[in-house]
Amino acid sequence: MLRASLRQVSAALKEGQVTPTELCHKCLALIKSTKLLNAYITVAEETALKQAEESEERYRRGQPLGVLDGIPIAVKDNFNTAGIETTCASNMLKGYIPPYNATVVQKLQDQGAVLLGKTNLDEFAMGSGSTDGVFGPVRNPWSYSRQYKEKSAPKSDPEHEEFKWVITGGSSGGSAAAVSSFTCFAALGSDTGGSTRNPAAHCGVVGLKPTYGLISRHGLIPLVNSMDVPGILTRCVDDAAVVLGTLAGHDPKDSTTIQDVFQPFELPNMPDVSKLCIGIPKEYNAPGLSSEILAVWSKAADLFKNAGAKVIEVSLPHTPYSIVCYHVLCTAEVASNMARFDGLEYGHRSGVNESTESMYAATRREGFNDVVRGRILSGNYFLLKQNYEDYFVKAQKVRRLIANDFVKVFRSGVDILLTPTTLSDAVPYIEFIKEDNRTRSTQDDILTQAANMAGLPAISVPTALSERGLPVGLQFIGRSFQEKQLLTVAKWFEKQVKFPMIQLEEVKGA
Amino acid sequence: MAAAALGCGAGWRRAWRRGLGGTLPAPVPIAALVPVTVPVPARRPPRVVARNAGGGAVPAGKSGLAPWVPVVGLEIHAQISSNSKLFSGSQVQFAAPPNSLVSFFDASLPGTLPVLNRRCVEAAVMTGLALNCSINKKSLFDRKHYFYADLPAGYQITQQRVPIAVNGSLSYSLCIDNKMSQMVTKTVRIKQIQLEQDSGKSLHDDSRSQTLVDLNRAGVGLMEVVMEPDMCCGEEAAAAVRELQLILQTLGSSQAIMAEGQLRVDANVSVHHPGEPYGVRTEVKNINSIRFLAKAIDYEIQRQIEELENGGTILNETRAFDSKLGCTVPMRDKEGMQDYRFMPEPNLPPLILYDTKSLPANVNHQQVVNIDWIHERLPDLPSAKRAKLVELYGILPEHSFTLVNEDGLTEFFENVVKQTQMKPKKVIGWILNDLLSYLKQHSCTVKESPISSVLLADLLNLLEKKEISASAAKQVFEELWKGEGKTPLEIVKEKQLQLLEDQEELEQICQAVIDEHEKEVMAIKAGNQKVVNKLIGLVQRATQGRSNPVLVKQILEKKLSE
Repeated sequence: MLRASLRQVSAALKEGQVTPTELCHKCLALIKSTKLLNAYITVAEETALKQAEESEERYRRGQPLGVLDGIPIAVKDNFNTAGIETTCASNMLKGYIPPYNATVVQKLQDQGAVLLGKTNLDEFAMGSGSTDGVFGPVRNPWSYSRQYKEKSAPKSDPEHEEFKWVITGGSSGGSAAAVSSFTCFAALGSDTGGSTRNPAAHCGVVGLKPTYGLISRHGLIPLVNSMDVPGILTRCVDDAAVVLGTLAGHDPKDSTTIQDVFQPFELPNMPDVSKLCIGIPKEYNAPGLSSEILAVWSKAADLFKNAGAKVIEVSLPHTPYSIVCYHVLCTAEVASNMARFDGLEYGHRSGVNESTESMYAATRREGFNDVVRGRILSGNYFLLKQNYEDYFVKAQKVRRLIANDFVKVFRSGVDILLTPTTLSDAVPYIEFIKEDNRTRSTQDDILTQAANMAGLPAISVPTALSERGLPVGLQFIGRSFQEKQLLTVAKWFEKQVKFPMIQLEEVKGA
Repeated sequence: MAAAALGCGAGWRRAWRRGLGGTLPAPVPIAALVPVTVPVPARRPPRVVARNAGGGAVPAGKSGLAPWVPVVGLEIHAQISSNSKLFSGSQVQFAAPPNSLVSFFDASLPGTLPVLNRRCVEAAVMTGLALNCSINKKSLFDRKHYFYADLPAGYQITQQRVPIAVNGSLSYSLCIDNKMSQMVTKTVRIKQIQLEQDSGKSLHDDSRSQTLVDLNRAGVGLMEVVMEPDMCCGEEAAAAVRELQLILQTLGSSQAIMAEGQLRVDANVSVHHPGEPYGVRTEVKNINSIRFLAKAIDYEIQRQIEELENGGTILNETRAFDSKLGCTVPMRDKEGMQDYRFMPEPNLPPLILYDTKSLPANVNHQQVVNIDWIHERLPDLPSAKRAKLVELYGILPEHSFTLVNEDGLTEFFENVVKQTQMKPKKVIGWILNDLLSYLKQHSCTVKESPISSVLLADLLNLLEKKEISASAAKQVFEELWKGEGKTPLEIVKEKQLQLLEDQEELEQICQAVIDEHEKEVMAIKAGNQKVVNKLIGLVQRATQGRSNPVLVKQILEKKLSE
């Protein structure tokens, strides 16, 4: 039952094959037995069971709230959840219990979804491995799959195994691992530079980053306000469409959401891609792209060609500047957004009290990790009066050029862009931590952050297993607010590739 | 000091402070939501101000050689009169219990977002139009960063790059040499009006080494009005601010009560010799009444002149006005110049305003602000009100200033005029000489006057119908002021102040006066007609002011010529 898709389990609930409390208990039990993955920071057992009971009562009365009623979900720990600790995996917010729900959390609950808990991430979502949070790294469930074990560590002893476990990618690694390991049916992530799509690709799940402005950011603790989008992680494309339908739409509390009414949609059962034009941006054949992924990408292009779609190579000429530009804009907004964490109103406050300034300094030193502090420092440097024009303004101009690249390509008749999501499959933790966060983020966000710069919708679809038995995902980028077209293509693709289900064995460490 | 520039700031006054060490008002109880113990008070950094340009009057320097030209510019923060804050739904209310009006956004809880308050935008547009500004159809919001305990987000949302209104002007009048009859009108250019958030309040308890923070004010909408340095003395600045205050109050865009901090004025002051570049400028803060504004500026001009005459230099610094000592003192700035690291506010789209021409079809009117619509509904501004009063009632222009300057006085005057047969020109005398001086004497506002317009009209009608004499009317007025609920007529009856109608009785009294004052009668008969007035006065006294002086004069003249 837990391996079912969201839509399947929703049908099962409706037909009474399973009750919300049974489902909730099963998920909670699985969370416990897969604790080693470290996917959850907080498991809200008590409230989850209470919500499940309420849902059950609604089903008993024959009045479920909607398709999500009784469905266990997980939420990345940078979304505010009323009454449930929200930490951003930072010492700064350890123990912080928000008084309000993020709009997306509220919408899920209004639909009757059962919130199992808060998932792990890089501190304040700054990272691409889900390794840099104060609660420790998230382990990729595929590390414990038969597929990976057979191909990569056939005769390993337990000790060796401990060194072989691979990262989830990030920063929404906890959410991706939770969906991938069947502890929930859908999870919320956030996506600023690829934080939903990257771990989705590494964990073999669907990761959707909707168009900027389609889903409310109210209650999402910001990384980069002008790029942040709540992300959706599910087992299949149809499920992503269902969750999108409940979350999308104008929110009076977020002035950057569009006013237009959003029409939830269902995807066609037999999508047709023969009339589409698929663009293959040549710049995404980036330095460091593994030959394996290149091959998967090219095979995917052939699939479309064979189905009658027009597949053409296109150019997004400013792509190589994107990551540098992203770095400037990201750190500048980070510097600004993090200013509120001064220890006065909420969160950690240092015991140092020689002066207000020394208290601020100590609070922020103790509360933030090196990555966050580094980004604050560089962001403030870029915002200094003497540097503002040279860095921030220039980066904004380049951002416009990058967005225009996409506009031009879409205007030329291309419907959807097809690219890899990551440069390679997931690497072992032991390898990953050899490089610093900044270098890794630069590499890992390279294929994903341009969509954030341009505000476009993008989705990572699990495509194949690598030689090491690990998932590889490909990314589709669509036109602004054309989620239906994007998801339709993704669904067609999903049907073609028949990505294998994870054969999860006992999650057990050394 | 010009009457036009006089504040009506009766009542209590509170030391207004924003980022300043020094004496504090009575401490507010400890913060309920955010009890913050902060060891040593942090000081708010100085604000960067616009460069001076322009000139003014030329008082002679002490040396008498080269005259000095003082240059005064103003930065005025007016709190927008609105039920809720600029970017949140929290209520705006003065003197509410500390931290009782704080939304999640105001306390900068992570994940909260600003939502622009339409009312605040309309107030700023209204004010911009009233100050002859161009309204920017597209304006932007920016973040201005600094760490301070009462700024929870670590930045203030303001309009640094493109403000909502620019390039306006304000005309104001002031008296020359303190003579009401010699008024001149001057104009100061308005550089811009920008929307921004207010900060909270920090109360530094030095004895216990802690700071209490009240966030009730945090996020309240402000209009910052920047006046170009077109003024040259305290009196001009005071008159300009008073006029602005009246305009804001007329529009209802701000209550503009200085004592409640709804209008905060910072003055940029410098002096230079004519023909030379402008001098180094200081910024004077902590000015909490219009009277103190004039004093602070004049003090600062004098101080700078003296400093320079004595071979000293002026530092580009922020100074605080100490109203007790009547002087300005340097503020303790921690780091000198601060880099505010301005950045566009990413959570607010550009503020787009429409006029009737650009208004898109099928638009939800709740979602847009139409400049033309606001323009058409602007109320009469003080200058127009004054002109109307002069035209309608034939009163003197300087009287119109007094009427408009005192809150509620115009309405009072007009109500009296409506209810009495007395000519407005005569009514104004009663309003300005009698009512206003009583009010001033007792530190009352017009609204607090124990004499209503109805009562005053009744009284003036008795006078007009010659049922009482002018001096009796003054007695009745004095009675009425006691506010015992009696009507003028009741007082007249009770005190027997009616005019003596009985001709015979009056003639007898006149005869008696004549008989008793032979010397005076002799003088009149010798041709000194002025002495008649003395006799009239004596008759008045004998009748306790109840006789009609005109009639008395006739009787006396007739009797004396017999």
